[in-house]
Amino acid sequence: MTEQDQKIEALQDDGPLEPPHSQWKDVWHQFRKHKGALIGGSFLLLVTLGVLLGEYIWTIDPQKLDIRNKDVRPLYTFLWDSGAKVQWAHPLGTDNLGRDALANMIVGGRTSMAVGWVAMILALSIGTTVGVIAGYFRRLDGPLMRFTDLVLSLPILPLLLVAVTLFRDPLRASFGPETGMFILIVGVVGITSWMQTARIVRSEVLALKEREFILAARSIGTTPGAIIRRHLLPNVISPIVVSATLGLATAIITESALSFLGVGFPPDFPTWGKMLADSVPRMDQYPERVVLPGMAISLTVLSVNYLGDGLRDALDPRIRGR
Amino acid sequence: MLTFTIRRLILSVPTLLFISLIIFLLLELAPGDPMAQVPLTVPPEVKAKMREALGLGEPMHIRYWKWLVQFFWIEPQVLFDNMFGTTFAEGKQRILSWQTRSPVMDMVAQRLPQTLWVVGLSYIVGILIALPIGIYSAYRQYSVFDQSGTFITMIGFSIPPFFTGPLLIMIFAVQLGWFPSVYDTTHVVNDWDSFVIQLRQMIMPVMVLALQTTAQISRFMRASMLDNLNQDYVRTARAKGLPEHIVVMVHVLRNSMIPVVTAIALGVPGIFGGAIITEVVFKVNGIGAQLLSALFANDLPSVQTLTFMIAVLIVVFNLIADVLYGVLDPRIRYD
Amino acid sequence: MKIKSLMLGAVAATALAPAAFAERGADGHVNIIYWQAPSILNPFLSGGTKDIESASLVIEPLGRYDPNGALIPYLAEEIPTVANGGVSEDLTSITWKLKSGLMWSDGTAVTSADVKFTADYCMHPEGGCAQLAKFDGVDSVEVIDDLTVKVMFSEPKPNPYGPFMGGQSPIIQAAQFADCLGAKAPECTDANFAPIGTGPFVVDEFKPNDVISMSANPNYRDASKPAFATLTFKGGGDATAAGRAVLETGEFDYAWNLQLAPDVLAKMAEGGKGTPIAAFGSLVERLEMNLTDPSPNLDADTRATVKAPHPFLSELNVRKALSMAIDRNLLVEVGYGQAGRPTCNLVPGPAVYASDNTDCLTQDIAGANALLDEAGWAMGSDGVREKDGVRLSILYQTSTNAVRQDFQALIKQWWSEIGVETELRNLDASVFFGGDPGSPDTFQKFYADVEMYANNFDGTDPQAYLSMYRCGNEPKPESQWQGENINRFCDPEYDKLIDELSRTSDLETRYALSKQMNEMLTKETYTIVPLVDRGRVSAHANSLGGVVLNTWDSELWNVADWHRIK
Repeated sequence: MTEQDQKIEALQDDGPLEPPHSQWKDVWHQFRKHKGALIGGSFLLLVTLGVLLGEYIWTIDPQKLDIRNKDVRPLYTFLWDSGAKVQWAHPLGTDNLGRDALANMIVGGRTSMAVGWVAMILALSIGTTVGVIAGYFRRLDGPLMRFTDLVLSLPILPLLLVAVTLFRDPLRASFGPETGMFILIVGVVGITSWMQTARIVRSEVLALKEREFILAARSIGTTPGAIIRRHLLPNVISPIVVSATLGLATAIITESALSFLGVGFPPDFPTWGKMLADSVPRMDQYPERVVLPGMAISLTVLSVNYLGDGLRDALDPRIRGR
Repeated sequence: MLTFTIRRLILSVPTLLFISLIIFLLLELAPGDPMAQVPLTVPPEVKAKMREALGLGEPMHIRYWKWLVQFFWIEPQVLFDNMFGTTFAEGKQRILSWQTRSPVMDMVAQRLPQTLWVVGLSYIVGILIALPIGIYSAYRQYSVFDQSGTFITMIGFSIPPFFTGPLLIMIFAVQLGWFPSVYDTTHVVNDWDSFVIQLRQMIMPVMVLALQTTAQISRFMRASMLDNLNQDYVRTARAKGLPEHIVVMVHVLRNSMIPVVTAIALGVPGIFGGAIITEVVFKVNGIGAQLLSALFANDLPSVQTLTFMIAVLIVVFNLIADVLYGVLDPRIRYD
Repeated sequence: MKIKSLMLGAVAATALAPAAFAERGADGHVNIIYWQAPSILNPFLSGGTKDIESASLVIEPLGRYDPNGALIPYLAEEIPTVANGGVSEDLTSITWKLKSGLMWSDGTAVTSADVKFTADYCMHPEGGCAQLAKFDGVDSVEVIDDLTVKVMFSEPKPNPYGPFMGGQSPIIQAAQFADCLGAKAPECTDANFAPIGTGPFVVDEFKPNDVISMSANPNYRDASKPAFATLTFKGGGDATAAGRAVLETGEFDYAWNLQLAPDVLAKMAEGGKGTPIAAFGSLVERLEMNLTDPSPNLDADTRATVKAPHPFLSELNVRKALSMAIDRNLLVEVGYGQAGRPTCNLVPGPAVYASDNTDCLTQDIAGANALLDEAGWAMGSDGVREKDGVRLSILYQTSTNAVRQDFQALIKQWWSEIGVETELRNLDASVFFGGDPGSPDTFQKFYADVEMYANNFDGTDPQAYLSMYRCGNEPKPESQWQGENINRFCDPEYDKLIDELSRTSDLETRYALSKQMNEMLTKETYTIVPLVDRGRVSAHANSLGGVVLNTWDSELWNVADWHRIK
């Protein structure tokens, strides 16, 4: 794009021109080029909206048992098996107790996504706080990083299992079975996955701290809090966003792994991971019961990973514009 | 470099002690009861007696001290005895599992081979697949190969092993009958035929695990290659007329391997820790499965010992990774 | 020369083929899979079924229970009874005689000293023996001669078959365990992992929580058994995988306790490689009627205690109508399939103890409605019956479990057809059965009108089980809500029968008394409404012969008779 072209375009505009090459416009421009990220982002948005608003559109109670209509197959099985038991009332079929699969997917997805988002935000806030403080305040750097290393050397999955068996009952007693388990899983996943973020953020902050604009800010008497908020955080947003997407994916997978090992949410509380684990014995008869939640988990994580990939490319000024 | 290594080694001792204390306290606080698996028909008085026999009556600090002594003093002696036929540890109390009433370390020794065979091999297979994919994807960034490579590795990231595992069993063990669905840990490899049997029973768990390793390492490789391909020295090398394959395979690859090698080293403790879910799905009964069953049976000495051993490995391999980094990259100097 | 000898060999092989069937080790190798892995082969140090059953391949008791619950001698010459003089008239001692010529697998002789040692081993005060309850009331064990041993009880024991009977108290070798008494028991790893026994197999290698390799015992008392030369006992995984390995892929010959949904099991059986088999024990899924008022309006000391009788469940006709409305056959079909059968009995077996009580098996909604009409419960405008301002509205609780929620939904529907309103509640099993006196949700506290769970008794004698329903044995605040009389049932007549049963040793009378007591609790008062007699389902390969499933003892009780069907 030459100087000439831009001038002509600008002349054709009615309103005032935005400042050329605003950072976010560039980011969006680069991001749009990454097809995978675009598709992934739209899919994630769709899934999120679906699990949030789905129950207002699809109003069947996911817990309602209907023995007469058990083992209904999804509508699409009718394509190759005209004898299949399908019903318009249950487009994705029902399980062995006659519970509607679509309604369960919506409710289960909401739990899985909620766990993912909340755990990710928790891990991110801890990680960013530790990273920024360690990077900015020299005195705290040693102890905080030692602590991070220490947590990194803990074997996570075993301790996760121990923690779940350990705190399950007290939390259940004070918050009820579902909320208690939610707090527990979100808590353990969040608390055990902040270390990478902290390390990355710290190294970025260490490098930024020595740059001229920070020096300038400090020289005019800006308080450390303001420097961190106004100058440091916006500049480390790229690694944070990328580790956010990874964190979301990890949290969703971890929750389903815990459910698979039988230490997750209570039995009558659907999540994608639990639906998958419960259906494995009937995999050959009713493959859809495994495939649907399995695909939901995989596609969500896949789209999140693509989103992160695209964001990394878009947010990294060195790659951007290449 | 030597001073750095020694200093890190000394520093890791308090770290490890602290970790062992954390693990011990966590397990102490756990409300589980090792008698939970004993049937309901066994009367409570008998259960109380059994608990006492496990040494649960003693105060906490004494049990922690005992465990420390057993782990750091007696068990190394046992290892020494086994290697050189000496009798230092004879008659000394070893760490006993509550579940089997046998030394935890004996079980670890028994289970390590299959864990190393399956998880270790999958790690190697994963790396061997990942490196070429990573290199080529980076070299042809945004090409069809890169896009599909990315897609496949993303799938490896995104599909949990408890989904792929049963799926593979369903297809290859039940429908086609090619591979066994249960791993035979008593199988001994002594000739070609038995080796083929061993291969057949390993192939499914190895593939499930290798998919994940491939996904991680190839992403790493690609990112690292991309970083280096834009560097000035690459332009210089091309400018002076070096053939493209030398530029990529020698100059760029060598520099890109530095972070990848350390990442590979960091993944090694995971091999010894076993792969809990995959081992459970394929009944490999390695370290991961041992840890899980110990957890469910509230076999605290086993859980404590196993988690701590994994922690030791993580600390050691972190150190190795750091040292490797310094050795491979002359720009980095530890002072 | 070579050819000739080869041919001779071939001729010899064909000639011997039929006889080879009855030769030890002729059938090669057998694979057994238990989805819970054995962790130790000493049942005295572990109460787990997996450990007891795997050990039963190696070590044997003096006598076992057969699939009907009858006693059969193993190491003993015969089962001692009062009739043959083995049990003293005053029921305070039992004298066992060993078979002569018995040998341990290491070739030494089995003597009564080993039997006495076994008792000393388990009864050692510091040993933490898991089977101590089997030796309950044993005063001393005396060696009479090399083959005779006498067990003395501190008080009369109508059922003296606790020690040395069944898979839970096998005989261990004194020589091997001599240094393993008391606190040293867990340190004898070699002995605990490879006990020397009298059983059909000996341990070659034991990998705890994983796999056991065994081979035929060269000194087994029957020279023609076992038919298998080697055996692999694999543990771990889950019931689905175990079932698949036997029924679908044929990798294993026997799979234990397949707790699978009926449709899953049926689908697996279509694989055609093996056959699921079922046998029934004493486990009964039942509805418990609360005879006391669980209303939250009552204060904590009165709620669900005998001080406050239930507003409508204390009326026999209501309880009976609730039972009549249930279609037990459908429940079995939905929930258990082959692993269950409808029952009206609290004590469904052994057959000799089971009452001939089949009234409840046919659903009778019309009859239930008529009964309620007759009793004055008039149908209200909202379809719920009421009398004197009391509505038939029930809170029905159970533990969380797919099959139980299924049952709840079905029963709720049937009860709505007889004008009873039902609210369902399910609680996590660890809370429901947890017995925490501080929790309002335990099955003992019974803060509901009706609750559903399953229970069974240990061994074949239901005396302790039936004695649970004694007046005063109910959970109550004064006893920290401990107690086994969940329904708060109280009948002085019943208590008299309990006392009579504990004094009677004559088996026929014991059978009759047990049946009478069972009927008092079920078809006469409908205090307990049994639903399903839950069995055990295992599976064996089609080529494995001789399997007889036994729920009263180890499933592997007759492994010596297993053989390959050619």
